[in-house]
Amino acid sequence: MSTSEILFWFLSVLALFSAIMVLVSKNPVHSVLWLIVVFFAISGHYLLLNAQFLAIVNIIVYAGAIMVLFLFVIMLMNLNKGTEPQKNIWMIFSGVISGGLLLWIFISASISAGDIVGKNALLKDGDIGLIQNLGKVLFSEYALPFEISSVLFLSAMVGAVVIGKKN
Amino acid sequence: MPIQYYIALASCLFCIGVAGVLIRRNAIIVFMCIELMLNAVNLLLVAFSKMHYANAVTSDAKTIVGTDAQLFVFFIMVVAAAEVSVGLAIIVMMYRNIHSVDINFLNRLKN
Repeated sequence: MSTSEILFWFLSVLALFSAIMVLVSKNPVHSVLWLIVVFFAISGHYLLLNAQFLAIVNIIVYAGAIMVLFLFVIMLMNLNKGTEPQKNIWMIFSGVISGGLLLWIFISASISAGDIVGKNALLKDGDIGLIQNLGKVLFSEYALPFEISSVLFLSAMVGAVVIGKKN
Repeated sequence: MPIQYYIALASCLFCIGVAGVLIRRNAIIVFMCIELMLNAVNLLLVAFSKMHYANAVTSDAKTIVGTDAQLFVFFIMVVAAAEVSVGLAIIVMMYRNIHSVDINFLNRLKN
């Protein structure tokens, strides 16, 4: 077993365990911290696939900005007491069953599809994930979507201010 | 690494997110589970990008096949950041009005 395989299994187990801990934590602050662990594990997967730009953007944007926003809102609302109201056991049961059925469908449909049998994802090698290549394509072929996404950010900012304003 | 492993991992993460949306009542946790689903899709896009690159690089060493998928991941992150800012503003406003984030009380848009 090579080093990258050991890293793959370690990061996969870490991501799945932390994702389950996001669901079962009573305290919303603990859920946010477990979700940050999930994002770091996924960034590790990106590094393993040599997508270094996405790995660092994932850490900066998700773990750095979005999760801080979540923590800020949770602490602003003073929700960190584990105030989950009345739990319906049948609702939990049916939710887990539906998620499991969806997983079953995904796995059984994809595991034997003819297009992917015997294909490998290239670990460690390949320079398409480096910032030089991505930047070239982003600012030539995808220049218009890039500019449109800045308008999207502007409208989201204006929308957040308008919604959050006290009237 | 076989692509099936990545498909299984991303499917598991996505379905954990779906189950979380279905079983949790706290609106913020539901929102975090949506982020988890988005990340599962991102991971699968990057894995498929490297799969197509591995196929193309055997015939052409200078190919940039697979760059599009990684840029799609970048745009998904952009849209997710915008979505989170607006969504959290809506949750804060609802908490200010009804003093709860239980989605059982949020099941109607009126009042």
